[in-house]
Amino acid sequence: MNKQSTPRYTLGNWLLAIFLVPTAIIMLMPFIWMLATSLKSAGAVFEYPPTFIPNPVEWKNYQEIFQILPFARFFLNSLFVASSVTILQLITCSMAAYAFARLTFKGRDALFIGYLGTLMIPGQVVIIPNFILLRYLGWIDTYQALILPAAFSAFGTFLLRQYFLTIPKELEDAAVVDGANHYQIYARIILPLSGPALSALAIFTFLFNWNSFLYPLVVTNSSEMSTLTVGLNTLQGQYNTAWTLLMAGSVIALIPVLTVFIFAQRYFIKGITMTGIGGR
Amino acid sequence: MIPASANKSSRAQSARKRARRSSTLVAWSFLLPNLIGFAVFTFIPVVAALLISFTSWDLLSPPEWVGVDNYVRLASDPLFHKVLMNTLLYVLGTVPFQMVFALLIALALNQRIPGQTFFRTAYFMPVVASTVAVALVWRWIFHADFGLLNSFLYFIGVNNPPNWLSSTRWALPAIIIMSIWQQVGFSMVLFLAGLQGVPTTLHEAAKIDGASSWQRFWFITIPMLSSTTFFVLIISIINSFQVFDQAYIMTEGGPANATNTIVFNIYRYAFQFFQMGYAAAMAWVLFAVIFVVTLIQFRYQKQWVYYE
Repeated sequence: MNKQSTPRYTLGNWLLAIFLVPTAIIMLMPFIWMLATSLKSAGAVFEYPPTFIPNPVEWKNYQEIFQILPFARFFLNSLFVASSVTILQLITCSMAAYAFARLTFKGRDALFIGYLGTLMIPGQVVIIPNFILLRYLGWIDTYQALILPAAFSAFGTFLLRQYFLTIPKELEDAAVVDGANHYQIYARIILPLSGPALSALAIFTFLFNWNSFLYPLVVTNSSEMSTLTVGLNTLQGQYNTAWTLLMAGSVIALIPVLTVFIFAQRYFIKGITMTGIGGR
Repeated sequence: MIPASANKSSRAQSARKRARRSSTLVAWSFLLPNLIGFAVFTFIPVVAALLISFTSWDLLSPPEWVGVDNYVRLASDPLFHKVLMNTLLYVLGTVPFQMVFALLIALALNQRIPGQTFFRTAYFMPVVASTVAVALVWRWIFHADFGLLNSFLYFIGVNNPPNWLSSTRWALPAIIIMSIWQQVGFSMVLFLAGLQGVPTTLHEAAKIDGASSWQRFWFITIPMLSSTTFFVLIISIINSFQVFDQAYIMTEGGPANATNTIVFNIYRYAFQFFQMGYAAAMAWVLFAVIFVVTLIQFRYQKQWVYYE
């Protein structure tokens, strides 16, 4: 992009950066404020002018929320649900994508259009029949209910199919000559070559399910089965104005994704530009 | 059945047929794990949702077929009109601002500036954060008496700052502000990718012809970016129509339904009032609205979107 070999920035570049600093502060402010509040004493929260450095630092807010609600359980539920959905999607979507990208069979294109068509339908349309189905099966408030309906996505199938189509067919020819069947081609050639697409799908599926709220709110009702987002809502219901506790809970919900994001930023951004979706 | 003379070719034919059948079998073995789950949790529910929308069903007694009654009721339901209006205002308040900010930031970050990675991280962090968690902190920031925002407004001399979330006038704008903050990074990343695709040769040629940087921005960057802009617009509008988490956590749709959105209303009717038919009809109206708006955008894209 820039052919200059000197690492020096021009004056204009510096001015631009200085101009951007206030906007970056606005972007980060809610996170800083969340962290600061979570470490304050209940009384210090209402001081004017507000301070960003808690004094004294109240670590016990974090102990307290683990005592008043099973936050460790919420955390593990979110982790288990988001990981299971991610693994199942990677398996089922990559297999279906292989069939759509590499095999010819009757009705393939019609079926694929059917998959694509459902991408346009908002999730709120299917949540009502799904709730009724899960209730009929007696699955409300179970891990199956949290995991299975999310484990087969049209979006994942579509994303991986598009990627598989870009892998040159010649790469498979040698394997076919050696007598490899489709299962071997899928497992030994296509999957290993699809790292970027698979990791993009994994990141988004995990993130989406970790942050998901409406769906787990609808299909769970006990605190043993609550995910973190639903648990935070319960916390808000019980301690509506206990800001120190609410902020401590929020920090706990954010730490894993923000940590992963800061270290794997490149993959997030590559994933977004590859898929165009993933946020909300 | 098969004439002897055609024996050889028919044998080849049946071999081919067998091969095709076995390849169909292989294809289905790849498809089925996904297809079964997809049929049970997506295809069939879509059809079921349509049928449910023509019934009155409280889940206690069997569903009762009521034809288009639910849709007729929606057409004259003042609450649903308000909810539609709120959602529309939310989309109009969020999408344009979010996109303009995102474009400006992307243009700045596309330069070689100090701290580039830091800035990109800062703008993008809200996108990965759970909406529930950040909605909680924004509820606290918007607190009328002790919130960070009003403390700041007092500090700069505003004597009567709004009551934000407890005011029927300011609650929706507050949710819009929070949503712009949360979504700007997402569009920024897409714009950045789009900007990187603008060939530098165009800019260089224009420079030689004596075009100013403003002219180059207006006549090269903006048209070359139009397909990205179109894409960002489509995705942002679809997502914004489905707003729920913020409205649920920050205001519970209140005060006096000032922040009640379509999806929040669907949630209330389906899972608090157990009027499954009526809620399903609302969900279909939401789909229809999104579909029509998207269709209109595709229809008019030729007038402003430039594809190479």
